[in-house]
Amino acid sequence: MAKLRKFKEAIIEKLIFLSGIASIVFVALIFIFLLREGISVLRSTSLGAFLGGKFWYPISDPPKLGILPLILGSLLVTLGAIAMAVPLGIAAAFYIAEVAPSRLRNILKSFVEILSAIPSVVLGFLGITILVPFLKRFLDLPTGLTAFAGSIMLAFMAMPTIISISEDAINAVPREYKEGAIALGATHWQTLHRVIIHGALPGIIAAAMLGIGRVFGETMAVMMVTGNAAVIPNSLFEPVRTLTATIAAEMGEAAKGSPHYNALFAIGIVLFVISFLINLTADLFLNRSRRR
Amino acid sequence: MKKIEIEGLNLFYGDFQALLDIRMSVREKAITALIGSSGCGKSTLLRCLNRMNDLIEDVRIEGSVKIDGKDIYKIKSGLTQLRKKVGMVFQRPNPFPLSVYENVAFGLRVHHMAKGSELEDIVGESLKAVHLWDELKDRLNRSALGLSLEQKQRLCIARLIAVKSEVLLMDEPCSALDPLATLRIEDLMQLLKKDYTIVIVTHNMQQAARVSDETGFMLLGELVEFGRTPDIFTKPKDKRTEDYITGRFG
Ligand SMILES: Nc1ncnc2c1ncn2[C@@H]1O[C@H](COP(=O)(O)OP(=O)(O)OP(=O)(O)O)[C@@H](O)[C@H]1O
Ligand SMILES: [Mg+2]
Repeated sequence: MAKLRKFKEAIIEKLIFLSGIASIVFVALIFIFLLREGISVLRSTSLGAFLGGKFWYPISDPPKLGILPLILGSLLVTLGAIAMAVPLGIAAAFYIAEVAPSRLRNILKSFVEILSAIPSVVLGFLGITILVPFLKRFLDLPTGLTAFAGSIMLAFMAMPTIISISEDAINAVPREYKEGAIALGATHWQTLHRVIIHGALPGIIAAAMLGIGRVFGETMAVMMVTGNAAVIPNSLFEPVRTLTATIAAEMGEAAKGSPHYNALFAIGIVLFVISFLINLTADLFLNRSRRR
Repeated sequence: MKKIEIEGLNLFYGDFQALLDIRMSVREKAITALIGSSGCGKSTLLRCLNRMNDLIEDVRIEGSVKIDGKDIYKIKSGLTQLRKKVGMVFQRPNPFPLSVYENVAFGLRVHHMAKGSELEDIVGESLKAVHLWDELKDRLNRSALGLSLEQKQRLCIARLIAVKSEVLLMDEPCSALDPLATLRIEDLMQLLKKDYTIVIVTHNMQQAARVSDETGFMLLGELVEFGRTPDIFTKPKDKRTEDYITGRFG
């Protein structure tokens, strides 16, 4: 009997080990595949011309495969989204965690959850039917399909992540800090901005980074509202095209093995690396906030 | 001189009555100890003196607590002034996640009491008063979270000294400390007694006997007996007090 149990435990242990390893293997395989398909873009263009090229004409002859407009498009949309979502999200987290009366708090928290459950196509759909025409009229633009519209959509998507993780970080600040400050005669507001924010800061930064990561890799909603013009943008109020939208829109029509096809995979590598860096930073801060 | 006078104090957590008709007075510039078994309401009583119980939802308080003759439950505003005057030291030392310097400066900044070099002077004086200056003068900018427990607790006392608190409420201030650190904090309390009125809650009867001038014994929300410390420990009037201090229950 004892032997059988030992045997069973050994099997279970192996299974757990395998599933752990599997995730690593999958990531490695994906990366190898991306690399293999993407690296051949260097046969038709140099690395500098690929990353720094100002023109993305993949089907002209010869194709021009410069992704600078796409990188800038992604950056612009992401930065716009961050500028809205990070301050709003953090403020909302403070409100929910520290200010709202408990009933309102629960209502707000369920709203945040609902917001995070809306599929991005649906958000994009709302964006295209409501937000885009509204921007066009309200800001008097030639078209509402702009980086700004994408930023607003993405801000909506990043907010739930930022709010819930920041809120966790704020709640994780030991009660004793708050009591200590109140007992010293600090007002609620002074306690918030002089003590609690310091305790929660690493977690809040991690929340912002994860929100950014979420936004940067998002495809559907952005593709629907940004107008998809692969030109270097001058302002938030012009159409742009992001890295993700480019892959999604063109993968179907690129002939397998063509320079265009390889370039799309290379864009995938660029996305992968940037997302990885963002998540890595977030992890560093999350770990730091846990160690406190 | 009476610093604090408590009369007919009842406190309810929802339906549960945690304090029953407490009547007690606290002498100025003396140490008053509250003893009693776990859950008898010592912390609750202590937290009535700086109105920290106001933070808890569903608390109802009756009766009066007068500090310097003024009923602190009648003041409409100025709770922050009350808490500045009546400072609190907690069971688990709770310095803020800030530098040593900023911890002591915290109250001064919050109450706009000092700036610039004056602020620096007060921080230094306060650290000297709790005997931390020599140990920490070169580490003022390091995080207070890295200090030893004893240092943290001293720092928490320094925070109160900086804002010139008059009353120090201490809720089991030594229970997280080792015996030697405990004795050193007790020595500090003896020094502080010259300038401050101290109320200390303790589970440690020897500590109450060692440090306090007056002692109150609580049981199930009642203040059973209150008097001069030597009297309470050598000739208690109430049978229940006697049972407790001789270790028959509690
Ligand atoms: N926030 C609260 N809500 C409801 N009941 C409470 C609350 N705080 C304390 N109590 C109850 O009030 C009674 C007195 O609690 P209190 O913390 O004052 O006791 P204590 O004498 O300080 O105990 P200890 O020695 O364990 O610290 C206890 O029965 C406790 O369960
Ligand atoms: Mg207690």
